Amino acid sequence: MASLRVDLSLPLRAFDLELALEAGPETVALVGPSGAGKTSLLRAIAGLSRPARGTVSCADDVWFDSPSGINRRPEERSVGFVFQEYALFPHLSVEQNVTFGGGRADGLLRRLRIEHLARTKPSELSGGERQRVALARALARGPRVLLLDEPMAALDPHTRGKVRAELHDLLRELALPALLVTHDFEDAAALADRVGVLVDGRLRQIGTPAELLGSPADPFVAEFAGANVLDGIAESGPDGLTRFHLDAERVVYSTDEARGRAALVVYPWDVSLARVAADDSALNHLGGEIVSLVQVGNRVRVRLPFLTAEITAASAERLALRPGEAVVASFKATQARLLPAD
Amino acid sequence: MRVLFAALLAVATAIALAFLFLPIAAIFLRVPPGDLFGALGHGVARDALLVSIKTSAIAHVAVLLIGTPAAYLLARRRFRGRGVVLTLIELPLVLPPAVAGIALLAAFGRTGLLGGELDALGIQIPFTQAAVVLAVAFVESPFYFRGAIAAFEAVDGTLVDAARTLGAGPARVFLRVALPLAAGGLGAASALALARGLGEFGATIIFAGSLQGVTQTLPLAIYAQFEQDFDTALAISALFIVVGALLLVTLKLYGWLRFASIFRSRFEPSISS
Repeated sequence: MASLRVDLSLPLRAFDLELALEAGPETVALVGPSGAGKTSLLRAIAGLSRPARGTVSCADDVWFDSPSGINRRPEERSVGFVFQEYALFPHLSVEQNVTFGGGRADGLLRRLRIEHLARTKPSELSGGERQRVALARALARGPRVLLLDEPMAALDPHTRGKVRAELHDLLRELALPALLVTHDFEDAAALADRVGVLVDGRLRQIGTPAELLGSPADPFVAEFAGANVLDGIAESGPDGLTRFHLDAERVVYSTDEARGRAALVVYPWDVSLARVAADDSALNHLGGEIVSLVQVGNRVRVRLPFLTAEITAASAERLALRPGEAVVASFKATQARLLPAD
Repeated sequence: MRVLFAALLAVATAIALAFLFLPIAAIFLRVPPGDLFGALGHGVARDALLVSIKTSAIAHVAVLLIGTPAAYLLARRRFRGRGVVLTLIELPLVLPPAVAGIALLAAFGRTGLLGGELDALGIQIPFTQAAVVLAVAFVESPFYFRGAIAAFEAVDGTLVDAARTLGAGPARVFLRVALPLAAGGLGAASALALARGLGEFGATIIFAGSLQGVTQTLPLAIYAQFEQDFDTALAISALFIVVGALLLVTLKLYGWLRFASIFRSRFEPSISS
């Protein structure tokens, strides 16, 4: 089975991108803040920029190898590239876009349900349609590797969920090494088999979405995965627990071990809210006034001064939560991960 | 104060417009249009029209054929000294045309830089129709270059990258992506250069002379005629105004169509979903 091997060093403006990665017939998402080198990596794999050193190969096909001086041109690499904002040719129809590199369009247009748009110009398409045209175009030459640069970024939140599900199915069906760049951890977790967190040109951690959520390598990865990350001082506490001082007054407990300066990680969906601290098994209770409430689908993200909780819209309705009101956030010591501070 | 200022603006505008339009209107008011164009049918004017059409066409095609690929290279490549090259290209724009004529003589004249080589080949350029072509090309090409480089620079580099990842080599990228996307800007630059070339006077009269039927183009014919036969000079001038107006309208119309299409794509993003 074709697999993509990348091991390269590419000088960027502020730092060098240094990365080694191997991908089988799977989708690997690269997430990270903008400017981390994600797009640069895709461009280097496609041959649009030249690494200082390293190798890029697909199965036994070597595309770049600095020791032997191999550097194949982009047009000689079997790559399907879905560009950010899609980069469709504005002067060509959908069909002409898809067949630009040769091959036939009808099967792909049908598969992506855009055959009725064959004669339409890109300027007349919606965001979701453009994305499908870009996918069809990238796949038309039967590439051995698929590179997707922020394929969801140009979509409005309304169509995002549906398009994401379609893209997920397509990627599974293709069974190609696919590298997907995104700044959105949710997109990455939904689409990819493995997720790599890229910061300042380095891969901080790579693993399945569950691995990243369950045991983030550092506070940055945790924060990127959507966790609340709280700084404080850890010391040994009662019953084998770790006592964690957020400040002079506020103390929470964790079943993880840590001493000294550390970061406490708790996911918003593990935090429950109540009007008064309940007498339940949760050890950790933090009071505060609601800063904001944002509804995301059937969930509501409730921001408090210390952390964010994610509860169902139904619960938010039942508690009649309003900004400015005092609530108590609770989470179990077993849900509070402790990581060495950055 | 406010009223005074508003009046001042209105008066300034009125003077400016009158100053610009009056001379042009005068040409058409002086002689009825029918007579004006009748004068083009014979003698000096007809010869000059033929010389102008022939030399401008040859010069313009040469400028397009050589200038377009050269502009593409200069727009896409970043190299040391690029700024110097771009400035040199624009130098003829700020030169008086008479200087261009002298420069062409210095290069291609019998005693010029390439004079000996050309003489050995039996080629004589000054005061021939070839000299008119060279003078016109020399003076109009910077106009085309400037516009064409800007047009190619405006082509989104990501589209070029996309074409390459789709297997297109450099020639295919040029023909199927860069050229069609730059076409509007190239057309505008071409029209501007053509207008400048048709009006060429100073370089031509010095480098090619003003021989009726050979090197006397329309602007040279106006100059030759205005003392002998003012009506013919008027007729040729009127022809220029019509051609100039047509070129201008074409440019504006194109700009407007482009704006309209951008407008459509911005504000009616979807017809099918």
